[in-house]
Amino acid sequence: MAGLIHYLVLSGVLFAIGMMGVFLRRNVITMLLSIEVMLNAVNLTFIAFGRFLGSPDGQIIVFFVITVAAAEAAVGLAIVIALFRHTESLNPDAFRELKG
Amino acid sequence: MASDLILFYAFGAIAVVATLLVIAQSNPIYSVLLLIASFMALAGLYVLLDAPFVAVTQIIVYAGAIMVLFLFVVMLLNAPREDALEASGSTEESTGARALGLVLAMAMAIELVWALNRTRILGFAFPEGRGGTSWSVAELGRILFGNYAFAFEATSILILIAMVGAITLAGRHLTEKRIPNPEPRITSPEPLIPSPESRIPSRSPWQA
Repeated sequence: MAGLIHYLVLSGVLFAIGMMGVFLRRNVITMLLSIEVMLNAVNLTFIAFGRFLGSPDGQIIVFFVITVAAAEAAVGLAIVIALFRHTESLNPDAFRELKG
Repeated sequence: MASDLILFYAFGAIAVVATLLVIAQSNPIYSVLLLIASFMALAGLYVLLDAPFVAVTQIIVYAGAIMVLFLFVVMLLNAPREDALEASGSTEESTGARALGLVLAMAMAIELVWALNRTRILGFAFPEGRGGTSWSVAELGRILFGNYAFAFEATSILILIAMVGAITLAGRHLTEKRIPNPEPRITSPEPLIPSPESRIPSRSPWQA
């Protein structure tokens, strides 16, 4: 039977993949998707620990994380749209107007 | 419970492979669709963890709503044609930062797996808590509106602020300032079809 350690390792691998996406990709939308991947990896940890401890709090916190992820996606995509209108690009290297 | 382990590895493999492909895809539309597959696999893992309501919420809210929002933006911005610009626009400093980021992410993955392997005192098996039954939606709702009532209300304010922020950031008024408009804005309500006397210019040729 799959134990807690299996889920934690899977969650760590997923989180690292999401982190890799944020670092490697030069596309703002894909970077936001990678952030969603990282949030989901954390969700998996919460659920696994909630199951391990026999507590419902893990599932409750996952609902809050999903809500925060929805808010983050809405605001993040609005920023992406505003940036795209301004610079006609999705590459974060193009957003260097604040650079001295 | 060998089927449990098989299902875990199946869902876990789908999640990891789909997420890796999300990172590797150059077309954002395929990335979004692959991420939906990854979220479905995670929902299956939640079912294995006796959290069916979270699994359904994951599919409805994440795969259904948030990913559709992403798809909507990807198609709105016509993003796939940005790929050539993305490939050519990376500078040397960006390449160095990416290499460093890749090394850091790999180091973190290895470190996490190594640390988790050292903490085998957590045990392998889940306890048979609550007699093998999962928490029902009624129980979860009672806890959500009882112990977590304040956090729940704070979440509603968060959603409201996110809504206002999204409208403010992506609103039309941002572009109207940038495009110079030679004609003055019509402020007074006027009929779409002007009346004949208003259409006659004040200095018409036959008046001169």
